[in-house]
Amino acid sequence: MTLVKTKIGRRAFIRNTGLASGGLVIGFSWLASCKMTPEQVNSLPDEWFELNGFLKVGDNGMVTIMSPNPEIGQNVKTSMPMIVAEELDIAWKDVLVEQAPLNTDIFTRQLAGGSQSIRQGWESLRMAGATARHMLKEAAAQAWGVSADEITTKDGVLTHEASGNSAGYGDMASAATGIEVPEEVQLKDNGNFSIIGTDKKNVDGKKIVTGKPLFGLDVYKDGMLTAMIVHPPAFGMKFKSMNAESVKSMPGIKDVFHFEAYPEDVEKQWSDGGAIPELVAIVGNSTWECMQAKKALNVEWEEVSKLESTSYHEEALASLLEKPQEEPARKDGDVEAAFKKAAKIVESTYSAPYLAHNTMEPMNFFAHVTPEKAELLGPIQTPEFLEQTLVSRLGMPAEKIDVMMTRMGGGFGRRLYGTFAVEAAAISQKMNAPVKLVYSREDDMTQGTYRPSYKVKYKAGLDENGNLIAWHVRGAGTNDDLIFENRFPAGAVDNYLAEKHSLETNVTTGAWRAPRSNFIAGAEQAFMDEVAEAAGKDPLEFRLELFDRAINNPVGDPEKNDYDPERYAGVLKLVKEKSNWNTETGESRGVAAYYCHNSYVAQVLELENGGGDIPRVSKVTCAVDCGIVINPLAAKNQIEGGIVDGIGHSMYSALTFEEGKPEQSNFDTYRLMRNSEAPKDIEVHFVDNGIDPTGLGEPSLPPVIAALSNALYKAKGRRFYKQPFINDKPPLVG
Amino acid sequence: MAKFTLNINGTKQEVDVDPSTPVLWVLRDHLNLVGTKYGCGIAQCGACTIHLDGTATRACMTTISSVGNSKITTIEGLSEEGDHPVQKAWLEVDVPQCGYCQAGQIMTASALLEKNPNPTDEEIEMAMNGNICRCGTYTRIKKAVKLAAKS
Repeated sequence: MTLVKTKIGRRAFIRNTGLASGGLVIGFSWLASCKMTPEQVNSLPDEWFELNGFLKVGDNGMVTIMSPNPEIGQNVKTSMPMIVAEELDIAWKDVLVEQAPLNTDIFTRQLAGGSQSIRQGWESLRMAGATARHMLKEAAAQAWGVSADEITTKDGVLTHEASGNSAGYGDMASAATGIEVPEEVQLKDNGNFSIIGTDKKNVDGKKIVTGKPLFGLDVYKDGMLTAMIVHPPAFGMKFKSMNAESVKSMPGIKDVFHFEAYPEDVEKQWSDGGAIPELVAIVGNSTWECMQAKKALNVEWEEVSKLESTSYHEEALASLLEKPQEEPARKDGDVEAAFKKAAKIVESTYSAPYLAHNTMEPMNFFAHVTPEKAELLGPIQTPEFLEQTLVSRLGMPAEKIDVMMTRMGGGFGRRLYGTFAVEAAAISQKMNAPVKLVYSREDDMTQGTYRPSYKVKYKAGLDENGNLIAWHVRGAGTNDDLIFENRFPAGAVDNYLAEKHSLETNVTTGAWRAPRSNFIAGAEQAFMDEVAEAAGKDPLEFRLELFDRAINNPVGDPEKNDYDPERYAGVLKLVKEKSNWNTETGESRGVAAYYCHNSYVAQVLELENGGGDIPRVSKVTCAVDCGIVINPLAAKNQIEGGIVDGIGHSMYSALTFEEGKPEQSNFDTYRLMRNSEAPKDIEVHFVDNGIDPTGLGEPSLPPVIAALSNALYKAKGRRFYKQPFINDKPPLVG
Repeated sequence: MAKFTLNINGTKQEVDVDPSTPVLWVLRDHLNLVGTKYGCGIAQCGACTIHLDGTATRACMTTISSVGNSKITTIEGLSEEGDHPVQKAWLEVDVPQCGYCQAGQIMTASALLEKNPNPTDEEIEMAMNGNICRCGTYTRIKKAVKLAAKS
């Protein structure tokens, strides 16, 4: 067993903490999961005993586990409690799960982002379970007059074999609350896991398939008003004037007003990045009435900065690619000298448009702000940052602000930026009433915080034996400098130069599932294919050769490279085996591998030959090294989702601008992948290495874009450089 | 404003709303039936799918005044205990990620199987094409529809 000090989240182990704050009471019916079977409902305990902030044990042995992090569809509401339950040694059927509210006294990093929930929660979640188990054992030891070391646990039962004593956790729960919190606890050995590594279904599954209220938009409260906003129609514009009077008298409308969502003196957090300082609010009794008033309202806007078009972004990015970076991000050897003596040179440029997040549930938030307190409930990936902004925006101490998370209808990074919740609070404060702010789909899609648009140029040199001797990458993005200079193939090429630029624009951008990687992986791994072809080598073997170099004789300081070449090569070898790469199938296949969010993914994608203009993906074989897999059933779902997301967006999606105005505002013009366009089959294989868990929600998305474009090359006989691929010249259709 | 008597999930319900109000917002804002979701408002995403006399229909573009005596079934009324074969299949396959679109997916799938109990892969795809899943659960959706068809 591993002995660990219970230092992390120490405050979580103070019994009877301030957990039962006012906000929680309101939140409970809302945030409890519906995993309960009718039998469980009938057998709810008479009394709960809280052993630490993560869990409470009922007098009948049932256990409630708090899921600390926001649930955006990445399934942490199931997988995080599984980790606690494992160390507590309770049967999963006896576990109820509740969504924890924001509580910085108990939990650390209540954030959904960077695929880090499991990785960074791993230790504290295990400790929470192990500490409670220790306290239950101590309580039993005292009751039976035996040593706690001789007591074993299994599925919520304490047993002392020598004396023949046995008791359920429920019997000892009350006494356990009086046990000293241990200074250190023993964690299970990986080989003894009975919950981790097993398939567990989504704890909210039953609620989801029966349409129970779960999401932010489903919040309805007594006396609640509905609010909508009107934001500038174009980036570079701000509010000038409006004629609100005629609209105020429309049926069901309570008020229409211009307001400063973010006055200049507000102390902003990074999560306020896409904030629009001034907005118009429409407040009414119902959503439809607000929508009607929104249509009727006439607002005048004025230009305050350049109205940018997509053609401008593309030209500006292209000109940045002609410019060397003053201090290159990374430079090994001398690429120019190597290019001069190279037997072959390969050069290509790749680009991708802006993307909207398009969570299926548009942005929304419930807020009830009174002079005494602020209650906020809704979909937010960054509750802690939201609270900090609210402290400044509402002029209220954090103790008076309760932030609670609903289940979210998608995140993908969009709900990292909780400006909509700040807007809801500002509107509630002004109306002195409970308010739910609702964005229309059009508001949601045209409001900003997009995946940046990108352009990158590669140049590679090969010697006469087809060995890669030089690699030069220069990339640029809108408000983002794109390049991860220490990722592969850095460390595997003698002469390596990475340069990056950022183009400042007034179109707001933010993290979008697998930020930067979601473009650069597709470009890098597509270029790698071109280089392998020029070298006359199999593309998968060509990559393995480079990893061999990085393993055996790395260029520069290997500590600088932020990848492990052995694990990288490991997923490639696994996908090679599982996809029968060396067997000619007659189908058009592409391979790609990428490392991001601390995890390694390799994929082989097959396209059906024949058929229509756009070949259908028949199969994606995927190898993943994310360390220990908590819940394989859900982990595969994440991998499948990332694959569909990557293929769908690189193939079909784009957000473009004309004079600062987004040209797509709903799903009639913004194309998302549909059921008949999804891969027919996705096969996922995990590397079983017992390493502590790493990211899972994002890493399968980036490489699949290259696996797709490399397969498209085989099917169509030409390379695809510009996303979305269906529009790359000549377009795949029409 | 006008009064409408609706037959929703086998129960008569009366509402007093503007006749142009879409069924979606009547369900959500006035009748506390929030399982039917708002996604786009222009019948492009399928999150608001209900059954109108058994036919899968987009509630966001169906005005309340056009419903008449038609029977409305929402996800809440698809089965009493959440045990419709499609719901059971969805749980068995563990389809949902965020879950937001799934009520609409289930309503489309159940209407399909009512009319075509043994659809081919292509028929499933065509029927489900009006429902967007942004999380990308399409392969599981297809698996679940096939499983439901078997039962």
